[in-house]
Amino acid sequence: MTDQTITKDKNEPVYVVDDLIAKDIDAYLDQHEHKTMLRFITCGSVDDGKSTLIGRLLYDSKMIFEDQLDALTSDSKKVGTQGQEIDFALLVDGLAAEREQGITIDVAYRFFNTEKRKFIVADCPGHEQYTRNMVTGASAADLAVILIDARKGVLVQTRRHSYLCHLIGIKNIVLAVNKMDLVDYSQDVFDKIVADYTEFAEGIGIESFTAMPISGFKGDNITTLSENTPWYKGPTLVEHLETVEVISSVDADKPFRMPVQWVNRPNLDFRGFSGLIATGSVKPGDAIRVLPSGKTSKVSRVVTFDGDLDEAVAGQSVTVCFEDEIDCSRGSVISVADNPPQTADQFESTIVWMADDALVPGRAYWLKLGTQTVSATIHAPKYTVNVNTMEHMAAKTLELNEIGVAEIATDKQIVFEPYAENRALGGFILIDRMTNATVAAGMLHFSLRRSQNVHWQALDIGRKQHADLKNQRPAVLWFTGLSGSGKSTIANLVEKKLYRMNRHTFLLDGDNVRHGLNKDLGFTEADRIENIRRVGEVSKLLADSGLIVITAFISPFQADREMVRSMLPEGEFFEVFIDTPLKVAEARDVKGLYKKARAGELKNFTGIDSPYEAPRDPEIRIDTTKMSPDEAAELIVNTLLGDA
Amino acid sequence: MKTLTHLERLEAESIHIIREVVAEAEKPVMLYSVGKDSAVMLHLARKAFYPSPPPFPLLHVDTTWKFQEMYKLRDRMAELSGMDLLVYHNPEAQEKGINPFDHGSLHTDMWKTEGLKQALDKYGFDAAFGGARRDEEKSRAKERIFSFRTSSHGWDPKNQRPELWNLYNAKKAKGESIRVFPISNWTELDVWQYIHLNDIPIVPLYFAEKRPTVERDGMLVMVDDDRFPLKPGEKPVMRSVRFRTLGCYPLTGAVESTAKTLPEVIQETLLTTTSERQGRAIDKDAGGAGMEVKKQQGYF
Repeated sequence: MTDQTITKDKNEPVYVVDDLIAKDIDAYLDQHEHKTMLRFITCGSVDDGKSTLIGRLLYDSKMIFEDQLDALTSDSKKVGTQGQEIDFALLVDGLAAEREQGITIDVAYRFFNTEKRKFIVADCPGHEQYTRNMVTGASAADLAVILIDARKGVLVQTRRHSYLCHLIGIKNIVLAVNKMDLVDYSQDVFDKIVADYTEFAEGIGIESFTAMPISGFKGDNITTLSENTPWYKGPTLVEHLETVEVISSVDADKPFRMPVQWVNRPNLDFRGFSGLIATGSVKPGDAIRVLPSGKTSKVSRVVTFDGDLDEAVAGQSVTVCFEDEIDCSRGSVISVADNPPQTADQFESTIVWMADDALVPGRAYWLKLGTQTVSATIHAPKYTVNVNTMEHMAAKTLELNEIGVAEIATDKQIVFEPYAENRALGGFILIDRMTNATVAAGMLHFSLRRSQNVHWQALDIGRKQHADLKNQRPAVLWFTGLSGSGKSTIANLVEKKLYRMNRHTFLLDGDNVRHGLNKDLGFTEADRIENIRRVGEVSKLLADSGLIVITAFISPFQADREMVRSMLPEGEFFEVFIDTPLKVAEARDVKGLYKKARAGELKNFTGIDSPYEAPRDPEIRIDTTKMSPDEAAELIVNTLLGDA
Repeated sequence: MKTLTHLERLEAESIHIIREVVAEAEKPVMLYSVGKDSAVMLHLARKAFYPSPPPFPLLHVDTTWKFQEMYKLRDRMAELSGMDLLVYHNPEAQEKGINPFDHGSLHTDMWKTEGLKQALDKYGFDAAFGGARRDEEKSRAKERIFSFRTSSHGWDPKNQRPELWNLYNAKKAKGESIRVFPISNWTELDVWQYIHLNDIPIVPLYFAEKRPTVERDGMLVMVDDDRFPLKPGEKPVMRSVRFRTLGCYPLTGAVESTAKTLPEVIQETLLTTTSERQGRAIDKDAGGAGMEVKKQQGYF
């Protein structure tokens, strides 16, 4: 049925393992057991013949079964683009939606073996709008195969793919000049492409690459050297993939680091720290240091289910025990004692934005790095990089698929190393605090000096002394709600009540603050966030001085309110949700603002053309349709003092 | 410096994934189907937390139609691992007597797909480990290791979170849950070889033995108990058979074989010319996109 199409090329696979399987299965298993693993990514578009190449690799290593081949043959006739020939692309384009559109949207993972190695291929889409998918696929790869259509040469997309692979730190780059059969296997064509690419690669800092002329469709130089390219003296693609050095063996030569995932404590006699060794090796007796605390001890045991180890290396999951009882928990990093990683809370980093909603500078996101998860804010980018031309461009934010360099501040010190030195301690993801989506990937460059040099001024009169003098516990009553919901009215009443009870208070009101401290800010999303950040910082200082701070701001975004909450000690932040339905607030329209907003005279008005994110779990919720302002104030004061 | 073998790297990666879930989820559970993939996954969990037992229970969403030998091994493994075993039967399916002979695909829908949703809701599990592999089937090749489900257990293949390096984002809203596939990157051969190297107990049905079978629609089906309705003139024949995958016995096709040891089974697997899931009726439903549709409906 299919034989005439599949076997018409004369190249037979070099690694026909079937003989050994049939003859001596134990020998085969022994061979398979000792194989190493290489993860690689293929970059290119459907037009470059990427799927065909992967299909070819799977087929040549006997990873396509007869029933799959049957399905493939019938599919090829129905929707294939290769006439009567087998369309390998159909084999690797997985999701139904992708098949209909004829494009590869997501990252798909494929597996095949040769005598020496097992391979995991991340099959990534090539179009610009799928930059995030390519970065995802590249993040775990040891090597990248960059496909070029021999007829077209080095294109914009070739540059983009190469830049992204280089950005993510892939050291092994294969330039596969494909479809050589369509240019009569011309050495001139090949040499010209290699020369063009060399010039470009040097320009962006790619130190070396391996170029080879291939045809995925015909099988030239995939598993055997092709008679069609006698002038090519390099290895076949498979030979190269089988012999190139993998990352984990490079990582093993670096200083020991292991992020702690989980503390293993089955009983009082055992306390171990479980994790995946990121770099280096560890053995009993080694002097170690736990970061960020800096405490030192020695390794007493390296424990596994299969028995204690004399030594464990990068890439292994183990449980380490210490000679001393020192503090160590999830998020800590265990390091060799005399060469530990740094800690810092401000960094410069490259960020790849992966979400439909753009970066909001100043907003708090979750940052996960290794096993540490902290709150982080991103500054406006210093620049973004045009992925097609590598030009630096000014920008205020990062949109989907944009790559930029920006400063990051975390709410506490984290243990890190520059990404270029250590992927596990330098690569991070950002998570949106509302939607929980992974919105960005980032790579730390270095920590900023100011975070190393600015030390907190140790004060003799601290917040406790301030509060004690006033005989009260400081707090921030953070009112939030729509414009006209009654925030200011109720906040005023609350302050009056507290004043009468001899409490020391201070009221920060939205309108008043905007006349002074924040008069440089407008009402864009970014400005509103900055407005709240400043008010948060002022509230914190006032609370430090022992005051009960009352604020009345719309503060429509949950993430921003959470940011202020995280500035204050546990239990001092009270989110007071003045819950007035839009209908009711609009009907009151004390300041006539809703009317203007409806008429289009006021832009970005909360509730009209800008969203209000209601608190999910406020300390106090006031339903103003059921409660008078005075009753509301009473409830708030009682809750505050009852709690205090 | 030592270079790790592919199985060592896969093992370390899987253990890392299992530990991340335990560290970040509130109430994890391991779905245990008693097959070879489950056997490997359970073994990895035991390795991940040694000397502690894995800090979550095993959940078997049962159809009452599994092979007898599967039930035996299931109970034995729960005891050996020191984990709690939860067995769930969809009460509605039980009441209506849903079975593979009379109810076709409704059998899988009610016992497995619905049963799984009910069990997860009943116990409030927010993360469930499953033994699916990316090499099994096309739509699996693109599924993440951490796969998010809405509160109604739906899967949206177009809205998956990117997974970078080995950083998994396990954050989710109340009511949402995650399916986690720690052996995503293993192939069928890896699974067999790992079982071989680690001497992991598996159901004896994977090895050839003379078993009573009848041939139906080109499939060899084993008569595992007396609920099997024989057609007039149909008589079980003793054949030397084994199973490549295990499910409900009336739905699982046997292959004729003489492979009695693991190396022989692996040898046969490697020399065979049809893919593993071919013996299962489920993948043939709804054309080429069968599994993708099933997953969107909440099938594991």
